[in-house]
Amino acid sequence: MNRYPQILLNNRKPDRITTLEEYRHNGGYAALQTALSELTPKQVQKEMIDADLLGRGGAGFSAGRKMETVAEDAPHPRYVVCNADEMEPGTFKDRVFLHAEPHMLIEGMVIAAYSIQADHGIIFIRPEYESAAKILEREIGLAQAAGLVGRHILGSNFSFDMVVHRSGGRYICGEVTAQLNALMGKRPNPKQPPPYATDKGLWGKPTLCHNVETLACIPHVVAHGAQWFRDLALTPEATGTKLFCISGKVERPGCYELPLGIKLSEIIEDYCGGMKNGAPFKACLPGGASTGFLTAAHYHIPMDFGSLKKAGNRLGTAAVMVFDDQACMVAATLNLTEFFARESCGWCTPCREGFPYLRDLLWRIENGQGEAAFIPMMRTMCAHLWKAYCAFAPGGVASIESLLQHFEDEVMAHIEGKKCPFE
Amino acid sequence: MSAMLPEEVKNKLKAQIEAIDHPRELAIDVLTIVQEHHGYCSEKALDQASELLGMTPLELDELATFYTFIYREPVGKYVIHVCDSLICWMEGKENLMAHLCRKLDIQMGETTADGLFTLLPVCCIGYCDRAPAILVNRKVHGPLDIESLDALIDTLRGDQPE
Repeated sequence: MNRYPQILLNNRKPDRITTLEEYRHNGGYAALQTALSELTPKQVQKEMIDADLLGRGGAGFSAGRKMETVAEDAPHPRYVVCNADEMEPGTFKDRVFLHAEPHMLIEGMVIAAYSIQADHGIIFIRPEYESAAKILEREIGLAQAAGLVGRHILGSNFSFDMVVHRSGGRYICGEVTAQLNALMGKRPNPKQPPPYATDKGLWGKPTLCHNVETLACIPHVVAHGAQWFRDLALTPEATGTKLFCISGKVERPGCYELPLGIKLSEIIEDYCGGMKNGAPFKACLPGGASTGFLTAAHYHIPMDFGSLKKAGNRLGTAAVMVFDDQACMVAATLNLTEFFARESCGWCTPCREGFPYLRDLLWRIENGQGEAAFIPMMRTMCAHLWKAYCAFAPGGVASIESLLQHFEDEVMAHIEGKKCPFE
Repeated sequence: MSAMLPEEVKNKLKAQIEAIDHPRELAIDVLTIVQEHHGYCSEKALDQASELLGMTPLELDELATFYTFIYREPVGKYVIHVCDSLICWMEGKENLMAHLCRKLDIQMGETTADGLFTLLPVCCIGYCDRAPAILVNRKVHGPLDIESLDALIDTLRGDQPE
């Protein structure tokens, strides 16, 4: 049993969503009523800033600060885009959440829209989540019929409509500027700011982009207050709960709602049933493929944005992928690099050319053709990739850099033994 | 797989396109639907989408060549996407991909001679809690082992009319 408060997944059922009636019965849409009738848009923003609600999609930027950057006199129509693209390897929290509480997202999105006086909302969803897309379309329709979305929401002067947009499927579409290009029917290459999306986003108009989980937290902050939200976390600098996705070599992989600041060891032992077959923990990626390896030295690290940052890593999407002592870290890094080589959008040269180059070096090392000189070559190439056009490449080299930092001995064992020592 | 888009589908798309301020927003939806009717995103399909959306075939080709689920070459009746990202790779010890290639007697990226199956690799599909997983026509199956995979393929084959 989960001994921590469940905020987002409190009413999670094994095989169906929480219906609109059930959601309202549980207190759902009361926060929307409060926001519309008792709070100004600025007050909603301030509440998010005071709660220090940080973006749950990977970047960890303050949700309230982002809202604040939409100027009060900015032109209309303004947009809210919900990022349900969730293509970071290891991450499946949004899928689990959308199959549990679609109305929590809808409510959060309408409150976010109110905070910037937005007119239209779009949920950008990956094509593998077709069932979630259908659920959302159906439930948006029901919410609209109930006066919770659309014209004069809950009898107020505020109007906001919502649609679901299905992607054609590409990792880079999770990057906000690429996502906006995708929505506008352009090839989804990223675009460097400025202008920022909140200034000139979709169709050149102010656009607020948030992850599913971030938006889902908003009604709870409005309903219970900033201090309550801050107190949910276990470490003083963290706030709220987090949907952790644990996969790999644990007994019970899955999506667990746990307070930010919970120890990695506690997640694995108390919630995932420990390591698979009792094997020793060797390493994990703490937040998806774009984060670096955490080793056994960090087995008890508090899992929050600040603690991971102090450890030179990132919480990312909190998708924890666990390796046991049988895992070859070179082979794992090769797999990750293959992913980035394939998913690079090809727009800028460092990324397009750098990842295949790194993949080839790793492939040779894994297959007994490595040379000691490859190690500095990889370090140099990783440094070049930090100069790529968007955040894709720095994320993509995180595993390689941490491989060389923590597992150089293992890399050398491949090179000297002229084969993978795990075979 | 008729060359013409049924009038009913065409009219429905036209109505959707006319109802919104920026028809380009529907580019992927329209490409997906014309692809369904043509079996893949052929030149003809691109032309039809272009006519509906008021975008040039070149603009649409820039999209069609970018996305995982838009096919610019003919594919089989069942498109099997095998997830080869970290968790499925780590959990798929028996190597589902190699097994599928042997069973269907094709390489990744190819289509069986009877036009039933196309095999493609795909990046993490968001089912790491059900690894190893694959998609058949976008529908997820997992966790799979060699036996359940064989059973799945045999069922798909068995669904065919004599």
